[in-house]
Amino acid sequence: MDLSYTAEEEDFRARLREWLGKALPALPPKPSPDDWPGRRVYDLGWQRTLYDAGYAYVHWDADPTTRLIFLEETERAGAPYVGANFVGLLHAGPTIAAEGTDAQRARWLEPILRGEEVWCQGFSEPDAGSDLAALRTRAWRDGDDYVVSGSKIWTSHAEVADWCELLVRTDPTAAKHRGITWLAMPMDAPGITVRPLRTLAGSAEFAEVFLDEVRVPVAHRVGAENDGWRVTMVTLSFERGTAFVGEVVACRRVLGELAREARANGRWDDPVLRRGLALLEAEFRALWRLTQWNVSEASAGGVPGVGGSVFKLRYSHARQELYDAAADVLGDAALDLDRPWVLDRLSSLSYTIAAGTSQIQRDIVAERILGLPKGR
Amino acid sequence: MRFRLTDDQRALRQGVRDLLARRFDRDALRAAVERPALDRALWRELGAAGFFALRLPETEGGVGLGLPEAVLAFEEAGRALLPGPLVATHLAAGRVPGAAEGETVVTTVDAGGLVEWLAAADVVDERGGEGGAAGGNGDAAGAVALRSVDPLTPLHRVPRRSRRTASEPVAVLLTAAEQLGTATRACELAVQHARAREQFGQPIGAFQAVKHLCAELLVRVEVARAAVYAAAVTADPADVAAARLLADEAAVRGARDCLQVYGGMGFTWEADVHLLLKRAWVRTRRAGGGTESEELLARELLSGAGR
Ligand SMILES: Cc1cc2nc3c(=O)[nH]c(=O)nc-3n(C[C@H](O)[C@H](O)[C@H](O)COP(=O)(O)OP(=O)(O)OC[C@H]3O[C@@H](n4cnc5c(N)ncnc54)[C@H](O)[C@@H]3O)c2cc1C
Repeated sequence: MDLSYTAEEEDFRARLREWLGKALPALPPKPSPDDWPGRRVYDLGWQRTLYDAGYAYVHWDADPTTRLIFLEETERAGAPYVGANFVGLLHAGPTIAAEGTDAQRARWLEPILRGEEVWCQGFSEPDAGSDLAALRTRAWRDGDDYVVSGSKIWTSHAEVADWCELLVRTDPTAAKHRGITWLAMPMDAPGITVRPLRTLAGSAEFAEVFLDEVRVPVAHRVGAENDGWRVTMVTLSFERGTAFVGEVVACRRVLGELAREARANGRWDDPVLRRGLALLEAEFRALWRLTQWNVSEASAGGVPGVGGSVFKLRYSHARQELYDAAADVLGDAALDLDRPWVLDRLSSLSYTIAAGTSQIQRDIVAERILGLPKGR
Repeated sequence: MRFRLTDDQRALRQGVRDLLARRFDRDALRAAVERPALDRALWRELGAAGFFALRLPETEGGVGLGLPEAVLAFEEAGRALLPGPLVATHLAAGRVPGAAEGETVVTTVDAGGLVEWLAAADVVDERGGEGGAAGGNGDAAGAVALRSVDPLTPLHRVPRRSRRTASEPVAVLLTAAEQLGTATRACELAVQHARAREQFGQPIGAFQAVKHLCAELLVRVEVARAAVYAAAVTADPADVAAARLLADEAAVRGARDCLQVYGGMGFTWEADVHLLLKRAWVRTRRAGGGTESEELLARELLSGAGR
């Protein structure tokens, strides 16, 4: 067990820090959360800056420890979050890298890295959430195209995306996991209607996407026809890898801020509140160590496995507890949307739902790690 | 960064596990419950295997290993529910003659005044700490036996002292390691039972309510494991405090959930589940209890150190 970093890793960290110190002050002002076109430009611009400095590769090619350091340092320095680049960098891109043809990799990967194209993820449907394999959006062959009809929901960044990684049903007669295909759909194709959905935080983070006989070239299919479920599972295992490194660093910073705020407003003297914050400090210290543990395992063995479900389960609940604690610190001010942490508290409510609900994660842990029988 | 067990560490853990499987299996555990005496022969065997002298330098006749190795050994002890003042004796090795070899059984008066295994111990160590006051009989005068909730941890209480020093972090960490082992055992037992016991024509582990109890058991174990192992590497008191809080939670709640998975069998004397829970309870009271760790972390949080 060794928590120290190699000289090479420390060197990477030092150079990154130095670079961040110069690059961040040159950033344009942050757009407002509701300004989607502005956010797109901002997020892509940051990705381009990373690319030019040679850091764009970190999400894909770097070994997991380098990625950990990158995510840790960028968060500490207050650098922008991946934002609109999320699906491209962390879902669609890795899937294409793993399962695509040379031509597909050449077409799609570079623009993601260069901050030129935004991707969204069209998996969930009104009747296919946790039971994703029940999806019904249909695609049938017509010459060199698939013709796609149906609807997707909860599609984050759909309004500003150039591409959608889309799951469609190509064989309605096969067992539900067997008839699914993975397509890259251009978001400007005729027949696509995007209707933004307002979240409980008041902003439009995701959308409904209606598909009416949208033509997608067969050449845009990644993997074999009807093999899309397996292709998708490659994506989801990336989703549960190092995706939360920056957030754990951020949560630890917030905890420190909460302690100082509580000290300033007198609530620190309440032992229940103080010890509650201490328990969260223990929690996030442990989650940071678990991250380092998972990263070390991934370095030794390749793709992160189901251990990510253990992390996601605990982290998503811890994050909600953190912002509940923030509300305790704030008192009445927790009802004021203009106060810090109040919007974050609202956002944290999605963590136990998005990317696999806690109930589904517990099933995964019980069945795939503990070997308990399937069925409910 | 390689935050995972080395081959040597795996071998050491396996070695301790094998020794305990041979010398303290379930039958031995149940026999000990009926006749709670300290097994001196086993104690000496542990001594010979280096359990107590693990961290003593080789020049002093020890094994010369570090905290991570000690944590792995204590985790196995916790998993087997090995009884006795293991932490106090380990901490006395090198200071109290015979402790390292397992010839002398050492206990200590805890901060709150509790003493484990007083009647069986040869020596009451005053500090129970490293590099602190010399060993030798601490003041257990006036100690009164209480009817211990844990059949395998006889307890005495000495009248409360005025002296109140912070607990030795190594003692806290090794206790956390024992809790981690007990939590692991609770998870293993719950999963085994959930696979084997059938109701409504299927294993109860196929019911989602049971399945999710087991999943949460594992999550708590893995989070605690990361915290305990990391604290063993850094030896930082705040990391130790965090490890302790999470390991306490993993052990106590783990044993509770395991009991629930066992149903009526879980409420019996015959099943081992209550032994896990009771030992876990005893350990939560050691070294100032969780409150001391919480206050330490609270101070750390406010000072902004370690960030
Ligand atoms: C902020 C946010 C962003 C998202 N972004 C995207 C995106 O970009 N692309 C995309 O495709 N999707 C996205 N999603 C969708 C997300 O993946 C789904 O919301 C999620 O998978 C749950 O599906 P559902 O909402 O239909 O809930 P349901 O599946 O209807 O679940 C409702 C409740 O029932 C429980 N439940 C369901 N099945 C079981 C079961 N078998 N056992 C026990 N309990 C069960 C669930 O745990 C939950 O509590 C996003 C969601 C959120 C909140």
